[in-house]
Amino acid sequence: MSWALSLRLMAAEDVLSISGLVLLMFAAWGGDRATRAINWVAVLTLLGAAALVAPTMAGGAADMSAFYGQYSGDAFSAFAKILIYLGAAAALVMTPSFLERMGAARAEYPLLVLFAALGMGLMVSATNLLTLYIGLEMNSLAAYVLASFARSDERSAEAGLKYFVLGALASGILLFGMSLVYGFTGSLDFGAIRTALDGAHGGAATVDGVLSQGALFGIVFMLAGLAFKISAVPFHMWTPDVYEGAPTPVTTLFATAPKVAALGLTMRVALFAFGTQVHAWQQVMIFLSLASIVVGALGAIGQDNIKRLMAYSSINNVGFMLIGLAVATPAGASAMLVYLAIYVVMSLGGFAAVLMLRDQDGAAVESIAALGGLSRSRPGLAGALAMIMFSLAGIPPLFGFWGKFVVFQAAVQAGMLPLATIGIAASVIGAFYYLKVVKVMYFDEATGVVANGNELSHGVILTVSAVVLSPLGYLATGWLGNLAATAAASLFHS
Amino acid sequence: MSNFPILSAMLAVPMAASLVCLLADAQRARLIALGATLVDFALGLLLWQGYQIGGSQWQFVEKAPLFAGFQWALGIDGIALVLIELSVFLMPLCILASWDAIEKRVSEYMAAFLLMETLMIGVFTAQDLFLFYIMFEAGLIPMYLIIGIWGGVDRIYASYKFFLYTLLGSVLMLIAMLWMVNFAGTTDIPTLMHTDFPVAAQRWLWLAFFASFAVKMPMWPVHTWLPDAHVQAPTAGSVILAGVLLKMGGYGFIRFSLPMFPEASAQFAPLVFALSMVAVVYTSLVALVQHDMKKLIAYSSVAHMAIVTVGLFAFNRQGLEGAMVVMLSHGLVSGALFLCVGVIYDRLHTREIDRYGGLSINMPKYALLFMLFTMASVGLPGTSGFVGEFLSMLGIYQLSSWVALVSGTGIILGAAYMLYLYRRVAFGAQKHADAAAMPDLSTREIVILAPIAAAVLWMGVYPESFIAPFRADIAALDARLAQAKPRGDAALTPGTPNRAAPAGEAHAALGGAATIKQKVALASEVAAAGRAR
Repeated sequence: MSWALSLRLMAAEDVLSISGLVLLMFAAWGGDRATRAINWVAVLTLLGAAALVAPTMAGGAADMSAFYGQYSGDAFSAFAKILIYLGAAAALVMTPSFLERMGAARAEYPLLVLFAALGMGLMVSATNLLTLYIGLEMNSLAAYVLASFARSDERSAEAGLKYFVLGALASGILLFGMSLVYGFTGSLDFGAIRTALDGAHGGAATVDGVLSQGALFGIVFMLAGLAFKISAVPFHMWTPDVYEGAPTPVTTLFATAPKVAALGLTMRVALFAFGTQVHAWQQVMIFLSLASIVVGALGAIGQDNIKRLMAYSSINNVGFMLIGLAVATPAGASAMLVYLAIYVVMSLGGFAAVLMLRDQDGAAVESIAALGGLSRSRPGLAGALAMIMFSLAGIPPLFGFWGKFVVFQAAVQAGMLPLATIGIAASVIGAFYYLKVVKVMYFDEATGVVANGNELSHGVILTVSAVVLSPLGYLATGWLGNLAATAAASLFHS
Repeated sequence: MSNFPILSAMLAVPMAASLVCLLADAQRARLIALGATLVDFALGLLLWQGYQIGGSQWQFVEKAPLFAGFQWALGIDGIALVLIELSVFLMPLCILASWDAIEKRVSEYMAAFLLMETLMIGVFTAQDLFLFYIMFEAGLIPMYLIIGIWGGVDRIYASYKFFLYTLLGSVLMLIAMLWMVNFAGTTDIPTLMHTDFPVAAQRWLWLAFFASFAVKMPMWPVHTWLPDAHVQAPTAGSVILAGVLLKMGGYGFIRFSLPMFPEASAQFAPLVFALSMVAVVYTSLVALVQHDMKKLIAYSSVAHMAIVTVGLFAFNRQGLEGAMVVMLSHGLVSGALFLCVGVIYDRLHTREIDRYGGLSINMPKYALLFMLFTMASVGLPGTSGFVGEFLSMLGIYQLSSWVALVSGTGIILGAAYMLYLYRRVAFGAQKHADAAAMPDLSTREIVILAPIAAAVLWMGVYPESFIAPFRADIAALDARLAQAKPRGDAALTPGTPNRAAPAGEAHAALGGAATIKQKVALASEVAAAGRAR
């Protein structure tokens, strides 16, 4: 394996790194006046990176691993990276005007997003514990700074600090798990770990076909650390505070790209590295998913801040996605990817709508009660937000239903009927608070807080996501399903 | 004609009109909505005319593999046909009824109604299990908005209750559907209707479907959303709710529960009967003491729908046909009654029964039509109500005379509360000056009510026009159910012949034995004939 080939396999990462470093120079000399230009170049870079990985989504060569098994550019990573890069690009598009109004527009912002995206790409491509950790920290460090980017705002500073402390704790837990796994399997390589855990073939970490206690501890600790990153219950406490405190464009980013990266990473670790010991972690996943669905739904009911509501909604949705992982079949993984893709669109649309909610002075409106009568003053915005809410609740004919549908279909096909039944019954609790937003916008008297005036970029993103989430989205089910199935299949062949 | 995708067209017309309505102003939205519903009604008439009675079971079939995992598959049998006719017949009347009554946000209102029509037709035409589910569930959104935006005082509570009750019922059905598709390997409803699911699984599947349809129907004790929703919904909303949405539950039983899970249906029939008997007696009594007209009619709907479930689970043709006719008749009659309430509500803005009285003096035309629909609701011979209730009772009597007896009281109680309502509203002294000053029906109101009155009488005098299209489908369903048919208590049984010959008669020994043999043969012949019937 030559360096040239390895570098070519990670072309997207190359582009992101070089472009990031060059833009860093521009930022150093150009100062904050160059922010908008850097922002747009960063968006183009992300779109270019997405275009580079797109061809691999359809399958690609048999061996896509680079740098001696450190990295894999397979169809799975391509699928996740497309979502990551597009999510990050959309978040960047919506950023400049917001930060300018806050007086916090600085040239570092797009760079941090670029480097975070680079880290996220590494996370979903990692086939070695060290690559995994490098990618994870690269993303996290950028994210901590981004969360506290509006440093004059107390809430933002608090969010950054909270995120950092809890994120560091999670990284510690993850590292502890990794050291145990390394100690008992004798390798950092996912493939080697998979072989060592394989009880049926006398793997090194098993005794008479039974997993050794230490390796089991390692698996559980690693999954706990990852559960922090995907904000699954009971490791979700940081999410509402960080979502609320961080500047809204940053929240948009957090709700989309890092979520895809962390879930993708969890999928690869669970299904590939630990794929020979499914029973060791399946119960953990079942618990995480059901707890996330229920707590996410119940927690959202009392919220009056729309960003906090979206945070609980993301916890709730992660729960549904984890059902696909708990099923531990190729169909489950594929369903999870489909859900993830739809979820990214819903989040982008939802936050684009939140960003468009501003009062007369241009200050952001975050209180749900202030949305009263929005359907009369801003029918288009209210309609799109209502569609996103019904979609998040999974009510057909909106496209959000399809994500839930495929996940539950996978669970039923795998014979996990109790999981599917409890999960879907709990989704009714979730419907309650999504309905609340629609109720406020459509049934309540007008408050007149939200002023007119749109920004083109937000309007475009909101319109695009509304069209995707409309029943027209079903026309894409075949195409999306095939891509996700190809991506998921690459996790399962060892 | 055979290649024209008429069902897709019937879905596309209101869908497109709904989008256009959103962008139009109030008056134009009204005209667009009326035009679109009339076009759909015309298409519905073409459909009826083109439907071949005695032709293949599924007609106007369209299939397009547009999606992953399920298909755009449409097609109708006679059962779906008559329910579609009911929907497209009621829709233009609903639009007319809301012409002046709805003043705020007219274009959104019309858009929601047209969307509703699309989804209702979609439910009755879907031939793919998941397409059906999507259409069935999607109806929640426009109905939630209709109740919540244009409803009365407690509209928000009612809209939540409606949404969450029905959603919880439906999601369990989705899991059952996923299991069935996984088992049978197809999403095609006609194929699934002939799939024999294992009996143990059938029970769970039946219960999951029941959870959904019982709420939609609605059956006691999950009926409580209905009176709330009805009272709070605008008149046209109530008409659609009572006229068509409730029929989705009955349609679900007849299309899914009965043919797909015949054994489980037979096992759970006592449960259905118990709930229906409670519903008939209890909700009729509740209706008797209502002060709110709409609530009274809402409770009477629950009682009538209980007659439908009793007829459906009678496992014979009379019961099934009766249930279908009750559904059609109730769709017309309860819709008309809600429209009648709407007429006086628009004048006095109250639904309190005591605020009216003696309307036959100042509103004779109104009193006449209201009388007709009251009688139809009671089930007077010559109106549509009689045909369905009689057939249902006939059907259930063959299975269980006790169930027939208790459900039969519903007809007596129905007469009580409806006539009592009519007496308080139309007869007696003119207690209130404002009620006495109300003008009689306007031309628009007559245009709305007269077609329904004609249909009610037509169905009462010559029900064959409506029964003929679905007779073969009911026969097919009856044949499918034969494998699980429970024994009725009304079949003729052979009597116990008196074996001991009268003492002292000399010739008893041989000749008597021969007579007994003959008697037994005769008795079993009679019994066989009884069973065959």
